[in-house]
Amino acid sequence: MPNPLISARGLTKKFGDFTAVNGIDFDVFKGESFGFLGPNGAGKSTAMRIIGATSQRTSGTISILGKDPELHGPQIRAHLGVVPQQDNLDMQLSVAENLYIYGRYFGLSRKFVKGKVDELLAFAQLEEKRNAKVETLSGGMKRRLTIARALVSEPEILMLDEPTTGLDPQARHILWDRLFRLKEQGVTLLITTHFMDEAEQLCDRLIVMDKGSIMAEGSPASLIKNYATKEVLELRFGSDRNQEMGAKLRTMCERIEELPDRVLMYTEDGEALLEEIYAADFHPKTSLVRRSSLEDVFLRLTGRTLIE
Amino acid sequence: MTLTQIRQGSLVLVDTARVQSRGALYVAQSRIRQMMKWIWLILGIAIANPILYLISVGIGLGGLIDKSVGPAGVDGVKYLTFLAPALLAQAAIQGTMDETVFPTIEGFKWHKTFYSMNATPLSGVQISYGVFLTALFRAFYTVVLYFGVMWAFGALESPRAWLAIPTAVFAGASFGALMQALAARLEDENIFFVVLGRFVMMPLFMFSGTFFPLTSMPFFLQWIGWISPLWHATELGRHLTYGHAISPTMLWVHFVFLGIMLVIGLYFSARIFTKRLAK
Repeated sequence: MPNPLISARGLTKKFGDFTAVNGIDFDVFKGESFGFLGPNGAGKSTAMRIIGATSQRTSGTISILGKDPELHGPQIRAHLGVVPQQDNLDMQLSVAENLYIYGRYFGLSRKFVKGKVDELLAFAQLEEKRNAKVETLSGGMKRRLTIARALVSEPEILMLDEPTTGLDPQARHILWDRLFRLKEQGVTLLITTHFMDEAEQLCDRLIVMDKGSIMAEGSPASLIKNYATKEVLELRFGSDRNQEMGAKLRTMCERIEELPDRVLMYTEDGEALLEEIYAADFHPKTSLVRRSSLEDVFLRLTGRTLIE
Repeated sequence: MTLTQIRQGSLVLVDTARVQSRGALYVAQSRIRQMMKWIWLILGIAIANPILYLISVGIGLGGLIDKSVGPAGVDGVKYLTFLAPALLAQAAIQGTMDETVFPTIEGFKWHKTFYSMNATPLSGVQISYGVFLTALFRAFYTVVLYFGVMWAFGALESPRAWLAIPTAVFAGASFGALMQALAARLEDENIFFVVLGRFVMMPLFMFSGTFFPLTSMPFFLQWIGWISPLWHATELGRHLTYGHAISPTMLWVHFVFLGIMLVIGLYFSARIFTKRLAK
């Protein structure tokens, strides 16, 4: 096994009495796309800020590119591209100027940055907006610009905190496509998300976090295999009856979850189970058979849904 | 595929040592770029301000004062000549305050741009110094313009009057550094602006010996002048532009006071920037 690019042991961050990150261990290897999946407040962003060598840990150890961020912050940050959850672009400057000044912060030569700005404008599909003030851009455009900005120094590690929150489906797919291309170039990606589809699409490996701790770790497929069944049958009996029906159906499948709006039945064969249910004279208002997802993994691990 | 599209990687491209030595300049460059978006407004104010003040208070009110005090003048000179160095220092202070307080609150709170700067090899100390350097630059050209207007109004009597330019900028720097440190600590800026405007800037402007000698105020109010960078700079400015008498001891006191304020401001600003960014 090669040396990890990032390695954390017992990583902890407290804000007063509140423990945001509670003794987590993980390793990230070069060229990997590594995800932090969890609901809002799970400690993902805090973990990212420690890896980003800006926020200091309370205890534990962490090494990034073989260095301790507490001692070598600037040397580590020189090789990171950071996309924060909130776009912190310079609103008064133009699109091209935002990229240009950011390149200069890395000490890159004017000539290099000028060439890079053209390339990144094309990458982010913002060529027509080159001289537009950032204030006038749409949310998706701002997000793409923030990502392009993070790439100006050709970072070894690209860190994306909730990269597609607030974007429409089309904008998300464009972004995912851009991230795939970067991965093909050997860039290591670190992604936090509370969208299970995003985690499944983008991450080779991920950790599921809740309340500052790691609940599980693995590839999306292995997590689903270990913590869920192959298929899920979703039944709706009406909000006042889901609870009551769930109790009656409990014996018919491996595991059942009664949510306020629906009942989830975990099984290897959803269609067969649905037939059994009709045969037993149960009549759900709607029914849906689907493959298990990371959402089900999270529900199994924490008893809660990702988006509440 | 153009040449730039071949990925070299940050390990080849980024020279951290270079950023460590020049980081504050990079920050200042980007701040100046922002300033340029408003430059006509800034220059307009920088020129209109002295013209309006010198005409209304210097010549208008000054005419009445000169008539009533007679040939002895105020501190031995025309009221306009007496007033102008104080307004020069005030312009520097206002310039650095605008260029430290607003960018600092914007960087930490409004647009959080300091956090994006800090995600690069730039440190909190460099960001703090970069903002400060930009404020110095603004104070410098504001004061030079002001000085030009003073010259046009005939408010300069001494051949070494131009030395009032660096002393005014010095006062602006001292006050600006302290304001930057204060602004960096702010969570809620609304109250701050009210307090700053009404209870700090206004009294400083009125009671720093700006419009009349500090000694003509009741003794219990004179302390406002003593702790005011504006008074120290005004005394120096008057000394330089028309030869207002200052003892060698007081000359030192003025410089040392402004110097200490500058050092304290810069130290705390750098420290608070670093701490707040690392939260």
